[in-house]
Amino acid sequence: MADVGVFASFLAAAAGLAIPLALAALGETVSERAGVINIGLEGSVIWGALGGAMAGLAAGPYAGLAGGAIAGTAAALLFGLFAVGLNTNQIITGTAVTIGSLGFTGAVFQSRFGATGLALELKTVPSWKLPLLSEVPLLGPVLFDRAPTFYVVYLLAPALWWFLFRTRWGLALRSVGEAPDAAHAAGIGVIRTRMLAVLFGGFMAGLAGAHLCLVHTGTFSENMSAGKGFIAVAVVVLGRWNPPGVLAAACFFGAAEALQYVLQAANADLPYPLFLALPYVLSLAALAGWFGRSRAPATLALPWPR
Amino acid sequence: MAQMGLRIARALQPVAQPVLALAATLAVAAALLALGGHSPADAFGALVQGAFGSWNRFLSFTLVQATPLLLTGLAVAVAFRAGAWNIGAEGQLLAGALAGVALAISWPEASALVLLAATFAAAAAGGAAWALVPIAMKTRMGVGEVITTLLMNFVALFLAQFLVQGPLRESRGVFNMTDEIPAAAQLAPLFPGTRLHAGFLVGLLLAGGLWLYMSRTPGGFRVRVAGASPRAAVASGRFDPARVVRWSFLASGAIAGLAGWIQVAGVTGRMYEGLSPGWGYTAIAVALLARLHPGAIVISAVVFGALGAGGGAMQRDAGVPEAWVRGTEALLILALLAVDRGFRAASKGDS
Repeated sequence: MADVGVFASFLAAAAGLAIPLALAALGETVSERAGVINIGLEGSVIWGALGGAMAGLAAGPYAGLAGGAIAGTAAALLFGLFAVGLNTNQIITGTAVTIGSLGFTGAVFQSRFGATGLALELKTVPSWKLPLLSEVPLLGPVLFDRAPTFYVVYLLAPALWWFLFRTRWGLALRSVGEAPDAAHAAGIGVIRTRMLAVLFGGFMAGLAGAHLCLVHTGTFSENMSAGKGFIAVAVVVLGRWNPPGVLAAACFFGAAEALQYVLQAANADLPYPLFLALPYVLSLAALAGWFGRSRAPATLALPWPR
Repeated sequence: MAQMGLRIARALQPVAQPVLALAATLAVAAALLALGGHSPADAFGALVQGAFGSWNRFLSFTLVQATPLLLTGLAVAVAFRAGAWNIGAEGQLLAGALAGVALAISWPEASALVLLAATFAAAAAGGAAWALVPIAMKTRMGVGEVITTLLMNFVALFLAQFLVQGPLRESRGVFNMTDEIPAAAQLAPLFPGTRLHAGFLVGLLLAGGLWLYMSRTPGGFRVRVAGASPRAAVASGRFDPARVVRWSFLASGAIAGLAGWIQVAGVTGRMYEGLSPGWGYTAIAVALLARLHPGAIVISAVVFGALGAGGGAMQRDAGVPEAWVRGTEALLILALLAVDRGFRAASKGDS
């Protein structure tokens, strides 16, 4: 019976760790399908966390989620103005947005809440218990008695697949990533499409950041994004730029991260930092072993017009 | 006359771009500081005072901070020149530091000269080894190096944590850091009474050597061609650009590894998990401000060293959180990118 309890808590932890990654990675999938890789996603996540915390403090947890999404979109707007508007190098621009975001969120947080770092206590988003589904043994409480951000992911993964592969808008967006010149000739606004895709990515990453402080921890701390935005970019590659695959990859990563709790419970002597490294090593291994048969969008990270 | 003016403008362009970007960054930073309720004049005053206020401050703080930035900046430039997006200097730096420290504390009986050579070689090998995984994944499996180098940074950080908490923990067992490295492995101060160490000279020599290599040798020419136009390189049939990219990437990792060990041997004397405050990332800004030119990276590293050294003073004397410095670094990168775009658009308009 104890084993079932450990397993259930492992599943709950895995789902909780997978959701922010899935949120950010699903957004990044759309952006990359349009040909833009946004390393500045990490910046959107940390702005989303700070925006979520401040809006949450002022007007409650739901307003916090909205505030986080808006803050993440704003960071992506800065990235997009440079990388899409001015056509600057996407990797360098994204790195700059991330460095700047980590710095300025720290500065804003310190000037607003003081440098002493008194722990901020935020009201968290309540769980929505879904009738019937939450009654399913084991998986019910793990998946269907959770915060609304979980349900956003469940719905968005299939919806984005349908959007990308079954609608004209999705086809247009993918053509912008695969063959922007042809898309342009066909009358599709390449710049506008890329910009919207980047903003959507920022919106989702901001939501992921807000989830971190308003669902996951109930507080904000400097640098709390802790590489989640970077990992989300890796998750997109692992999921082969396909929303259901991206969701699966996020779950894989969440499970790898949650494994540390189980293994630690089982054997307290094992060194903690090695568990922390595990998800990164596993995703490198997965990228190495799994990658062969898929291909990135043809013009990913390339400027347009050339 | 107009042509003459154009020629002068072209000749000045490499200098004009960074200067213009720096000016724009200062203006935006001042506006943001004012917006945040700080006095820009006080903040900049404290920063300049902290970085250049006295010879000792300049040597012991600004140049000491500039040293790891100079080395990692060179590392980034070597990779970027060849078109390899190595965002992993941070991890390679830690790997190099760990390799150097592990060797130095396990071999205290070695003579100074032997230990110096061996630890430098170990650090370079450690950094290069950390770059090897992304290189292999790029060439064998076609996985982009941006993501893999980023992931390797986190692995290096946790590996460092593990080692300083466990196998390499100091024998007193009080703090999470290694034992002090033997005196024979430490780098001597350059001027008595200051903290500036011989590692800065190593950086200067490396910058000079890379400058000559890049501008004067066939090997350097191949690196530049491989980065600027791999297709031209293939079409020339003279060399395989992929090979050049691999070696440049490897060299980049080795130089970043040296940066880590030199920091330990010249400043801290021990390895601990917080050794680097993110030099491997700041290095990208350092390299870009210098437009990837090895000689100019010396100046650029001093500029960023001053930002780092002055940042502490800014927090202490003007009450401006040090986090501002990182934000300003990012503003500078963005300004450089925008100015570069502006110049390109202008030169297109001329022709």
